[in-house]
Amino acid sequence: MHTNYILVAVVALAVIPIFLWAYLMITERIAAHASRKAAGILRPWFWILPAVSLLIIFLVYPVVNTVVLSFMDARSENFVGLQNYLYIFSDSGMLVVLKNNLLWLVFFTLVCLMLGLLIAVLSDRVKYESVAKACIFLPMAISFVAAGVIWRFMYEFRPAGTPQIGTVNAILTALFPNFEPKAWLFNRSTNNIALIVVGIWMWTGFAMVILSAGLKGISEDVLEAARIDGAGEIAIFFKIILPLMMPTITVVATTLIINVLKVFDIVYVMTNGNLGTEVIANRMYKEMFNFRNYGRASAIATLLLLAIIPVMIMNLKRFNAEEKNG
Amino acid sequence: MASKSGSVSTGWKRVLGAIPLHVVLILICIAWIIPSAGLLVSSFRPRSMVATNGWWEAFKTPFAFTLENYAYVLTRGNMGRSFVNSLLIAVPSTLIPIFIGACTAYAFAWMRFPLRKPLYLMVVALIVVPLQMTLIPVLRLFNKIGLTGNFIGIWLAHTAYGLPFAIYLLRNFISQLPRSLIESAQIDGASHPTIFLRLVLPTSIPAISSLAIFQFMWVWNDLLIALIFLGGTPDVAPMTVTISSMVNSYGGGWEYLTAAAFISMVLPLVVFFALQKYFVKGVLAGSIKE
Repeated sequence: MHTNYILVAVVALAVIPIFLWAYLMITERIAAHASRKAAGILRPWFWILPAVSLLIIFLVYPVVNTVVLSFMDARSENFVGLQNYLYIFSDSGMLVVLKNNLLWLVFFTLVCLMLGLLIAVLSDRVKYESVAKACIFLPMAISFVAAGVIWRFMYEFRPAGTPQIGTVNAILTALFPNFEPKAWLFNRSTNNIALIVVGIWMWTGFAMVILSAGLKGISEDVLEAARIDGAGEIAIFFKIILPLMMPTITVVATTLIINVLKVFDIVYVMTNGNLGTEVIANRMYKEMFNFRNYGRASAIATLLLLAIIPVMIMNLKRFNAEEKNG
Repeated sequence: MASKSGSVSTGWKRVLGAIPLHVVLILICIAWIIPSAGLLVSSFRPRSMVATNGWWEAFKTPFAFTLENYAYVLTRGNMGRSFVNSLLIAVPSTLIPIFIGACTAYAFAWMRFPLRKPLYLMVVALIVVPLQMTLIPVLRLFNKIGLTGNFIGIWLAHTAYGLPFAIYLLRNFISQLPRSLIESAQIDGASHPTIFLRLVLPTSIPAISSLAIFQFMWVWNDLLIALIFLGGTPDVAPMTVTISSMVNSYGGGWEYLTAAAFISMVLPLVVFFALQKYFVKGVLAGSIKE
């Protein structure tokens, strides 16, 4: 059956806005006819009802449900206690997954932060700053899927002696005559790093933009004073700029960490988790669709949530502090 | 005060000293551009050449460029339909959460009601919840009521997943509007819908545009949600899903894969170059999301 595009487009662009507008008008009429007191109680709930019901159906209830399912068997019929969690921490395949995520967490986060900071500091001193930053930021606009295609092509391998069509092998063989071309994505010692490089390529721009905004916030007077006192540029960076930027660095680091824990698309497109490259999100997908084991899939998702809860608490604390100051 | 000659020599020293800085920065920029450049060039090269020599050879005479790869993926490779699907998914999935989110943000900012604070804290907490936590129950629900594999299901899913951040960003903006503005409109007898539609929405355009770009890019580039809630139906598959299945079926068919990937990048790149300022603002504001 073919989806009727015209119908879908009409629904999307006309029916939905009219429906939402009508909702506001009708609920206002109801509130206007009610007594003043009843209207005061009813009206706010009318306004938040669509969002709150969507959040409960799609987020709150599923989260609770997934935690419950994580203590059940594959078909969610019998209670199995901690069995799924024991599996996560004892199965040899799962241990590889956890190790890979740790590798991602450390390399991805550190390299993105350091490169982002380096580029922010360097580009701050040149006239072509906006062009340089646009180059680095550009991959943020691309999907992970397209990036996966781009980098599979970069890593493409041809046997030694034949012309390399993959840029990475071509550059390395041109620079070092003795270099043996590598199948980066198939070689177990390089494939994880090769995938992480793709993530770094995409997310360094994000780190750079935010760090650069933080850098511009540092008063020029402070830096000038240090220069007059004879401090070198490197000392200024480590003794003044870095400490002042710590709060920004923390925000960037937490965002990077939340994202890297959930990394899925890059691995799905480039290796599909084969040859020892699987990560948590890909494993969950496989448990869900390939093995139909909803218990294990739920336990893996719950693990992800547990890892992110500290960040959630930090956000809530920061929000509370902002509200008190505001 | 340094003498004139002194300042000239320190000026020269500065220029020379800055050379390593330029070299490092320009090298990094080149390294960042090369992957995309290779993709773009390859997508215009004929099949026989893409497979046998590097894309940089394309700049040697005789030049051989072709549009055939694009013609192929758009017609036979299902990319034309997928492009339309991506639009049909992304546009409503951007507009609906913004509208619903703005209503909610307005209520949180300017109305008093019981449970306001705890409900808002729930919204803030939900911003970082991994979507993986929701997939199984939502998929089961969709299967039960027949929402898998059609656009309405995925609009609802993207709307719900985008809402916590949308509400958070818009409430921050809307609550900063001057109290006198809202109150004087109320004294003039304007109802809440009138204030919201005529006053709050138009003045929130800066926040709305950043959010719109952010959400649009997020939905346009999404693979996971489309993969799970749309299934493998080519009829409704967005470009991300189509390309990832092409990767599996074509493997080394680089002339097609590069063309398909570039088609999926065109719109984000246009948005990026045309609205870079808003995009960066959205990313700055979104630094707490996910």
